[in-house]
Amino acid sequence: MWQHLYDELKNKGFMVVAVAEESRGAEHARPWIEQARGSGSSSYWQLIDTEHRLEDLYNLVNVPQAIWIDEQGMIARPPETAGSTDHFRRMNLETKTMAPEDQAARLAARQAYLDAVRAWVMTGEHALPPASARAGLPRVTPEIAEARARFRLGVWLRTHGRAEEGDRQMAQASRLHPDSWSLWRQAADLDEVGKASGPEFWKRVQELGDRPYYPPPKL
Amino acid sequence: MTKILTPIAEYDVPAQDGLWLDASDAQKVTGWTLKPEGMCRDERCVPMPSSAVSDGKVDVAAFWQKLGGPVIASDGRDVWALGAPADERNAALEGLQAPDFTLPDVDGTPRTLSQLRGKKVFLATWASW
Repeated sequence: MWQHLYDELKNKGFMVVAVAEESRGAEHARPWIEQARGSGSSSYWQLIDTEHRLEDLYNLVNVPQAIWIDEQGMIARPPETAGSTDHFRRMNLETKTMAPEDQAARLAARQAYLDAVRAWVMTGEHALPPASARAGLPRVTPEIAEARARFRLGVWLRTHGRAEEGDRQMAQASRLHPDSWSLWRQAADLDEVGKASGPEFWKRVQELGDRPYYPPPKL
Repeated sequence: MTKILTPIAEYDVPAQDGLWLDASDAQKVTGWTLKPEGMCRDERCVPMPSSAVSDGKVDVAAFWQKLGGPVIASDGRDVWALGAPADERNAALEGLQAPDFTLPDVDGTPRTLSQLRGKKVFLATWASW
């Protein structure tokens, strides 16, 4: 997804770190990674995060989310939706297609996000002053902290043949951290590939009502 | 052996009555060292009640909860997850220094975020699901 951006900006002191929140591991993620690499000569980091450690450290709730980090290792922009939009919610579920105007709007939003990243790399634009960066960080609550531990245990149990118990822990994790799409979608995917995009997913998305699935970045 | 999952690692250690570990295993798993003053790390010591320390062994579950971290046991109490306290995560993020981590790339090579100091880093998650 980021290969073009990386190819364009890699000589300007820019690096992409793409992290797969993928409890099924490297071999499961590999086809998408190979496809993303295409014919790029050098590549950015493609990391495999089976334990969702990044979501734990940075308090993430969905994919794709991105954090912008400056040359001193400081957070220039806190976690935000990385170029995706809610247009998919209007998709025709039978034909799996989007209206042309939605496709265009989706593409434009993604392009605007990539343009913003480019502007940041070239000029430093869009980097937030510390107070604003801090204000954009959602707080980790004791419930979220417990959800993380239960999810970690649940993934281990699931991947070591204790499916029922693992699912139970992951379900409790989701109840404790209902804002996280990753927790229950990963649990669903561990049960059955494809389940995370199945009828239950669409039901949960509908239940959002007016609330966004992908809150847009404040650029 | 009891398996303990911490935020960055996993360990197999002997444990009794829940999560009572030898002081050396407690140090390996938690990064804190048992001293007369309690469990200590760097300049900080957390006093331990006498009910949680005995004969060179530490009740790591009690200690971790004293730190404010979640402690979750499997049904059979053979696998435990120790989670980071919420306060620790918030303090790290509010300092605005991007929390460091090491993860394997798709070919298995470990990569550490702080190796990229000096570059602008776009850190993005994705998933096949």
